[in-house]
Amino acid sequence: MFEGKQLEEVKAGQERYQAAVDKSLARSPERKARFTTTGGIPLERLYTPEDVECLDYAKDIGFPGEYPYTRGVQPTMYRGRLWTMRQYAGFATAEASNERYRYLLSQGTTGLSVAFDLPTQIGFDSDHAMAQGEVGKVGVAIDSLADMEVLFGGIPLDKVSTSMTINAPAAVLLAMYIAVAEKNGVASDALTGTIQNDILKEYIARGTYIFPPKPSMRLITDIFDFCSASVPKWNTISISGYHIREAGSTAIQEVAFTLADGIAYVEAAIAKGQDPNIFGKRLSFFFNAHNDFIEEVSKFRAARKLWGRIMKERFGVTDKSAQMLRFHTQTAGSTLTAQQPENNIVRVAIQTMAAVMGGTQSLHTNSLDEALALPTDKSVRIALRTQQIVGFESGVANTVDPFAGSYAVESLTKQIEDGAWEYIKKIDDLGGMVSAIERGYPQQQIQDAAYEFQRSVESGDQIVVGVNKFQVEEDDSARQLLRVDPSVGEGQVAKLRKMKEGRDNVRVKATLDDIRAAAEGSGNLMPKILDAVRVYATEGEICGVLREVFGEYKENVVL
Amino acid sequence: MAEKKIRVVVAKPGLDGHDRGAKVIARAFRDAGMEVIYTGLRQTPEQIVETAIQEDADAIGLSVLSGAHEHYFKAIVALLNEKDASDIVVFGGGVIPEADIPTLLSVGAGAIFGPGTPTTDCIEWLKNAVAEKRG
Repeated sequence: MFEGKQLEEVKAGQERYQAAVDKSLARSPERKARFTTTGGIPLERLYTPEDVECLDYAKDIGFPGEYPYTRGVQPTMYRGRLWTMRQYAGFATAEASNERYRYLLSQGTTGLSVAFDLPTQIGFDSDHAMAQGEVGKVGVAIDSLADMEVLFGGIPLDKVSTSMTINAPAAVLLAMYIAVAEKNGVASDALTGTIQNDILKEYIARGTYIFPPKPSMRLITDIFDFCSASVPKWNTISISGYHIREAGSTAIQEVAFTLADGIAYVEAAIAKGQDPNIFGKRLSFFFNAHNDFIEEVSKFRAARKLWGRIMKERFGVTDKSAQMLRFHTQTAGSTLTAQQPENNIVRVAIQTMAAVMGGTQSLHTNSLDEALALPTDKSVRIALRTQQIVGFESGVANTVDPFAGSYAVESLTKQIEDGAWEYIKKIDDLGGMVSAIERGYPQQQIQDAAYEFQRSVESGDQIVVGVNKFQVEEDDSARQLLRVDPSVGEGQVAKLRKMKEGRDNVRVKATLDDIRAAAEGSGNLMPKILDAVRVYATEGEICGVLREVFGEYKENVVL
Repeated sequence: MAEKKIRVVVAKPGLDGHDRGAKVIARAFRDAGMEVIYTGLRQTPEQIVETAIQEDADAIGLSVLSGAHEHYFKAIVALLNEKDASDIVVFGGGVIPEADIPTLLSVGAGAIFGPGTPTTDCIEWLKNAVAEKRG
């Protein structure tokens, strides 16, 4: 990015600077023998124009809204509209969660994000043996359309966008959402929102899989196809690095494994004859915002640039919006400490800044008490206020991509891009992501990084404030935590039983038979699932039929 | 005669998919010279107890981040008692509120390690607990 004479001056300056550094080091050494990012990328003492010599502004950085999108996906970014402040929430019953959503909307949140309990995420009804003890614990329990009607009661689905963290049974929950909207007079083509629908990272890092890879990929591509025609504004997948990072990966691995998952989905849809210029527009991504500010800002920029390149060069995509990596961000749960939890507010604020400087489209900020339990109303409000302070007071949203041109950030952006590219090539060599997962490759890489990080914390090399340094004696006994009423499970089971008595069980059986026939064949499953949820077939019944036809995934345990 | 190595089952009960902690502690136990059996995800209490008995384990470490800890600790301790295997030490960790720890200890957990615990603390505790049990 710099011309010959300028670079010569920089080189001369480097010599003077090095002499000064040597003198300084002779007097006192630096804090560490070696500085790296949290993800282990070596950090130079100083970045100068020499470090960005290899970059071509037009080719590598460019303008916001233009290929390769390094500087963002929209021309005006947050000057037009701030990111969507979307708080992930859900617990206990549909009634309790509905109340929390209305509270969040009244406090200025601009999109909903539904957390489902584990039985719902794994396709078990609340009365299943595997659901015991888990109903309503980490999210809301949804068994049928009846619960979904309560969950979204009084919320205008044509105005609010909704993100649903649902993967293996995403088709069922999306169908329920469409059916609730229908009942409220909202057509499916007016719906906006996202389903996570990213099964590959469930095998890698998150664990809520049901079916083996092949039928899972079919369900996903069925959803792509169905939504292209019927729910055109819906984000059909949120390809997620968040959980990969939470499981302990480095920043480079987060980018690499997420984009490699993305490649697998694009390839699967193309193999079904779908056009990446069309379905590509509805692919969205989800990343983690960790503590290492400079590394994180660079990571988001690198991910955007890489995906643009993959879509354009690898898949020949010409539609600009199908080349763009649009992403949601959540601050890093794994960085929150149970010790002195108020300190987490500061961590979240730093992570929020990184996500915003990285150009996120939407953001969830974690609450200070999440290393202890689900968050209280008050702690959720503080988390939301953190976003609002960054958005409305800090000024960082008032100019686009302010870190562009920083020698350090541009240099790290390039390093993360190159590092991720190496991993993607390696995964290609292994036969693609599905095959890499079956061999345990990404799982092993992530575990090694997680173990390495734990060791660096225990050796004191990595300081975690309040945990391995600056500890205090604490008395937590008076702390207010959110507690899920233990009777939620029983209540939900009773509700389910009553609903089953009141519905037309003959029609339920007929629609379930249709699903079985479609699953055994190759037609699109979405219309059949929609028919079943409309007559109140339960999630567990639908997934039960699919389990019988598709079988279940067995984890490849890697240690 | 060399002392018999400690055998520990590290288990993920129920539907919770957060296995970072379980895998990190399993590796730390292994690096500390123990024999570690890691169950993988989605284990029922019956499966966990069965594994522990079959593997002749000294201890079961449960990792729960889903809020369902009370249910699983109770179920597993009850099954161990039922199968005459109550000499197997049960302990655990995860996202568990401080206020719930006394309940878990009272139903038979030997120790609960919260977020931020150094693995060395768990190793030391487990060595002592097994030594005590073996007499």
